[in-house]
Amino acid sequence: MNNKTLIIAGLVIFLIIVLFPFWYMRGKAAPAPEPVLTPMAKAAQACVRSTEYMKSEHMQLLDVWRESVVRDGKRIYVNPQGKEFNMSLSNTCLDCHSNKAEFCDRCHDYASVRPYCWSCHIENPKEKT
Amino acid sequence: MNLRYTIPLIAVIVLFLIAFLGAQVPGLQYVFGVVIPYLALITFVLGFAYRVIGWSRSAVPFKIPTTAGQQKSLPWIKHSKFDCPANTWQVVVRMALEILTFRSLFRNTRMKLKEGARISYQLELFLWVGALAFHYAFLVVLIRHLRFFIEPVPFVVQLIENVDSFFRMEIIYPVFKFGLPGVFISGFVLLAAVSYLFLRRLFVHQVKYISIASDYFPLFLIFGIALSGIFMRYVTKVDVTAVKELTMGLVTFQPTIPAGVDAVFFVHIFFVSILLAYFPFSKLMHLGGVFLSPTRNMTTDTRVRRHINPWNYPVPVHTYDEYEDEFREKMVEAGLPVEKMPQPAPAEEPASDSEPEQEEQKE
Ligand code: HEC
Ligand code: HEC
Ligand code: HEC
Repeated sequence: MNNKTLIIAGLVIFLIIVLFPFWYMRGKAAPAPEPVLTPMAKAAQACVRSTEYMKSEHMQLLDVWRESVVRDGKRIYVNPQGKEFNMSLSNTCLDCHSNKAEFCDRCHDYASVRPYCWSCHIENPKEKT
Repeated sequence: MNLRYTIPLIAVIVLFLIAFLGAQVPGLQYVFGVVIPYLALITFVLGFAYRVIGWSRSAVPFKIPTTAGQQKSLPWIKHSKFDCPANTWQVVVRMALEILTFRSLFRNTRMKLKEGARISYQLELFLWVGALAFHYAFLVVLIRHLRFFIEPVPFVVQLIENVDSFFRMEIIYPVFKFGLPGVFISGFVLLAAVSYLFLRRLFVHQVKYISIASDYFPLFLIFGIALSGIFMRYVTKVDVTAVKELTMGLVTFQPTIPAGVDAVFFVHIFFVSILLAYFPFSKLMHLGGVFLSPTRNMTTDTRVRRHINPWNYPVPVHTYDEYEDEFREKMVEAGLPVEKMPQPAPAEEPASDSEPEQEEQKE
């Protein structure tokens, strides 16, 4: 029987699939993106919360903001440092981070997330007014 | 307490503690994040190849027609093509149905005594449903994880992510927040299915009776993988960008341990490494083995085609007919039964008549 060749061919195909990321990337470095800060953000120095918190939990913060504004009508957020923010995606986040393409998008492309927010919320509030 | 599942459970808890505590030590992060994953992958690849090559050397059995339908034989008997394939193309269909839809699990029945002594056989589909949910959820989770190993992320992976996260929900309480990042249902289906597969072993006593530690261990391990993954994404919120930096480092052979990677991540990747290294030496090899199922992957054409043993050589035979021809007189004398009584041969004329008759019968 020539089953042996068939089995080895199957094994080779399987291993090619398993090791797909290795030969696809071919050692090409893919460093994490560096979000660019706008002059305004630089002047503010700090984000709404600590950088670590923002890096991993900004989506949840936005979710809480949305809930608070849309359901409870409360628009003022006070961070642990006692600083007040208007809870708004376009008017607060994108005020400091008005360079969405070099900031939010760069990171999101890397992590393969496509927030659906922008089908309603304005991406560039400054341009509009 | 049943040692068959307590020992694997303790093993998984110990593995968890090793990774969780080990990740707190700065130097050990490199071991858990880089060294062990590489070693595990090497073990997986070599072990898998070793096992499959071992199988490829074993003898191919005769065709085993374990079928649920008629073989191809006479024209007026309806041939059941995909249960009893007569050519390679039909075998491919049978194999595809088996591998993609777990058809033999679909045939599960349960025997029950009804109204006293009446036996009834009922379809038993829970295992089939659970297995389908488990394997397909696992597949989707695997494909989705390619976003950590490829940059830029391919379109197919994005498509699967979009489909998987179509289900939007929002639960916001001060202590429990859920909704963003978007919910991938495959992870929860996987967790539920693996729990079901475990509970089944625990509560169906026939299955419990045949379950051993190596049945429970992968279930616990996969449960741990799914739970740590869900925990990391929705509860402790790992920094995804940092994690991708780490995994891309592995894939491009420039390993780094970026700052800000949570201990839960190290638990997750340690569990996955253990699963990979354990894989080739366990029942999980049915991933490769299913393709070699001898009752599924051979044509069942034993009625259409005669199997000639390839190492047959001509053997001088002495058939019974020839034997009787040789010893008929003696047998009759000894009173042994014979197929053909010798002609009494009193008259000369009929004897010549009987000879061609005898030859006819021989044929
Ligand atoms: C007052 C200006 C300001 C506002 C408003 C603001 N940010 Fe920031 N943000 C910053 C600054 C400054 C940093 C950089 C902090 C640092 O480098 O330590 C930052 C950092 C971040 C980071 C981490 C980037 C990284 O990887 O270094 C994220 C994510 C982020 N912001 C998201 C948001 C979101 C989402 C909102 C709206 C909820 C928001 N920011 C609102 C100023 C702001
Ligand atoms: C279907 C359209 C739609 C989509 C999609 C959408 N929103 Fe909104 N969002 C609204 C509307 C309408 C309001 C109410 C605006 C107001 O009252 O000021 C709102 C309000 C908010 C607010 C508070 C008010 C403000 O000015 O921002 C936040 C924060 C918010 N959304 C976040 C998000 C996030 C994050 C996403 C994506 C995950 C998102 N939204 C997707 C329609 C949408
Ligand atoms: C440090 C990189 C980084 C930056 C900068 C960043 N994000 Fe994100 N964001 C992420 C990651 C990673 C996720 C997905 C997390 C996951 O998949 O678990 C995410 C998810 C989200 C989500 C949830 C999307 C979903 O459907 O799951 C929203 C909304 C979001 N980001 C908004 C923003 C906004 C607005 C900005 C710019 C002001 C921003 N992010 C900047 C990394 C970043």
